[in-house]
Amino acid sequence: MTAVASGAPAIELDQLRFAYARRGPCVIDIPRLVVAPGERVFLKGASGSGKSTLLGLIAGILDAREGAVRVLGEDLAGMSAARRDRFRADRLGVIFQMFNLLPWLPAGANITLPGRFSDRRRPDGAAALDAEGRRLLTRLGLDPDQVWSRPARALSVGQQQRVAAARALIGRPGLILADEPTSALDADSRDAFITLLMEECAASGAALVFVSHDGALARHFDRAEDLAALNRAQLAGAAS
Amino acid sequence: MSAAPILSLAWRSILSRGLTAALTIALVAVSVMLYLGVEKARQGARASFENTISGVDLIVGARSSPVNLLLYSVFHIGDATNNITWDSYQQVADAPGVAWTVPISLGDSHRGFRVVGTRAEFFERYQYAGRRPLRFADGDAFDGLFEAVAGASVARQLGYGVGDEIVVAHGAGAVSFIEHDLNPFTLTGILAPTGTPVDRSVFVSLEAIEAIHLDGATGRGTGRTSAELEAMDLSPDQITAFLVGLDSPVGALRLQRAVNTYPREPLQAIMPGVALAQLWQVVGAAETTLAAVAAFVVLTGLISILISILTSLNERRREMAILRALGARPRHIFVLLVAEAMLLALAGAVIGAGLTHGALYLGSPLLEARFGIVLIGTGPGLQDLIVIAAVTGAAGLLGMVPAWRAYRQSLADGMTIRV
Repeated sequence: MTAVASGAPAIELDQLRFAYARRGPCVIDIPRLVVAPGERVFLKGASGSGKSTLLGLIAGILDAREGAVRVLGEDLAGMSAARRDRFRADRLGVIFQMFNLLPWLPAGANITLPGRFSDRRRPDGAAALDAEGRRLLTRLGLDPDQVWSRPARALSVGQQQRVAAARALIGRPGLILADEPTSALDADSRDAFITLLMEECAASGAALVFVSHDGALARHFDRAEDLAALNRAQLAGAAS
Repeated sequence: MSAAPILSLAWRSILSRGLTAALTIALVAVSVMLYLGVEKARQGARASFENTISGVDLIVGARSSPVNLLLYSVFHIGDATNNITWDSYQQVADAPGVAWTVPISLGDSHRGFRVVGTRAEFFERYQYAGRRPLRFADGDAFDGLFEAVAGASVARQLGYGVGDEIVVAHGAGAVSFIEHDLNPFTLTGILAPTGTPVDRSVFVSLEAIEAIHLDGATGRGTGRTSAELEAMDLSPDQITAFLVGLDSPVGALRLQRAVNTYPREPLQAIMPGVALAQLWQVVGAAETTLAAVAAFVVLTGLISILISILTSLNERRREMAILRALGARPRHIFVLLVAEAMLLALAGAVIGAGLTHGALYLGSPLLEARFGIVLIGTGPGLQDLIVIAAVTGAAGLLGMVPAWRAYRQSLADGMTIRV
């Protein structure tokens, strides 16, 4: 919520260029992209468009070589790898395509996992974090009493994605990154999942960047961008 | 992030691979158990060996080498190079400072077990394992001429009891063609197990040895009646060796030198403790080999940890990426895997040590009762802690191999999940 309070954009990319190898082909070349605080943006990108690379840059796992990556008001390019890791632990929520969870941890422990890496994500202690996790699960349509203690691998794919959403949302991060989180769901669950995710992002004030190849989903969002148009580095077969 | 949450994550990850983890832990446990078992047996054997004879200050025999004298007089291995005369024995026995002496005469056997001609005093003077006296399991010391006492192993293996008659054979072989069968001996006592060569000996009086050799050394014995024999002086002319106890052990060196320089006969005196230590250096080589083998088995156990973690790495690449996305740093991944290796090793080592001591606790009374093997100084102690710590530490070192791979992978993969 600090991002909203400070008024800084959730994401601000400026003349961003990235290549995996020093002299290798440029994979990302985005002159400018801004996501406002609390804004929910749909980013359409086919495989090979560099979407995972872009998410890695925004999440601070990859280090931009040229240009600026400002997330929630902080310039990731100026940070050490360790500080970017801490920043990610404190301020971001991430949902993957599928298999988001540690299969051997109970759902509840998966949800509260970010609290293990960041004190900021559990400001009121472990018990409060558990309570928030249960509240989020309920909001996402799962009965905490049924799923909290079950190992993640025992849950259905739809349940797993909702647990993953609860994990991304816990501790009120300012920005949620979602990488094709609905691709493993059928049409009905997909729409329901997106609706729930949008509601929860709105409730917590988090900005959402939702990446998918399926342009039909764009209608749920405040704004839709096409990565193919944004990214001037168009390299067929580049790392997705 | 503190260490505790990483440890709990590592432990839960291990539990999730239950069967593999259990097998790995079992392998480590068995290898540690083998190693500790060998170590305990080694120490026990050494202590037991060095305690074969105690309470005796000197052993005197014909001049050869100290180890040789020890071997034939105490361990009944090999033969005496020569006998010593009764006169010389008397000279030493009467020397100032000598508290007691027990003569020993060897050369006969009973079905492969050595027959020791001595005095009944032997049973009071001979001590083992830190001054434990000999004890009779049944019966008592010999008293009459053709009476004998059997060691525990002799009685158990041949099924003897008090009152049984045995025949002594000439020579030391298992099969002898000359038996002194005219003069059977009656067993008056069976000794309790000691774990020393005493168990494998038959004891008779010096006079009896003399009597069965009266009519030719290699004959069937003597046909004289017991009345005739009792009337005779059966003091031996020669004995094989004798044990010496001193008033004060301080005099041992002086008496030893006096015996070694005895002018009328080439004699030799040894201090049992010193000679035992010398002998152990010879037989100890096997012991070291055994310990080395056991150590390699532990290494095998450790490598199995390495294998189990390395093979799990690929399937867990996704896990690492998830952890990275949640804010785990590459070094957390590193610590996670090292912790996993160490936890597996710790669990295995603790279980192995526990099993070793459980087995010792259950088995040692049996060993002592049946074989007279007293495992000395094998209780749980510092050594076990050191082994557990060393195994855990070594696993941590080995764990750095997969940890380094995962670290590199997690840097390269970032948040991208590759299947």
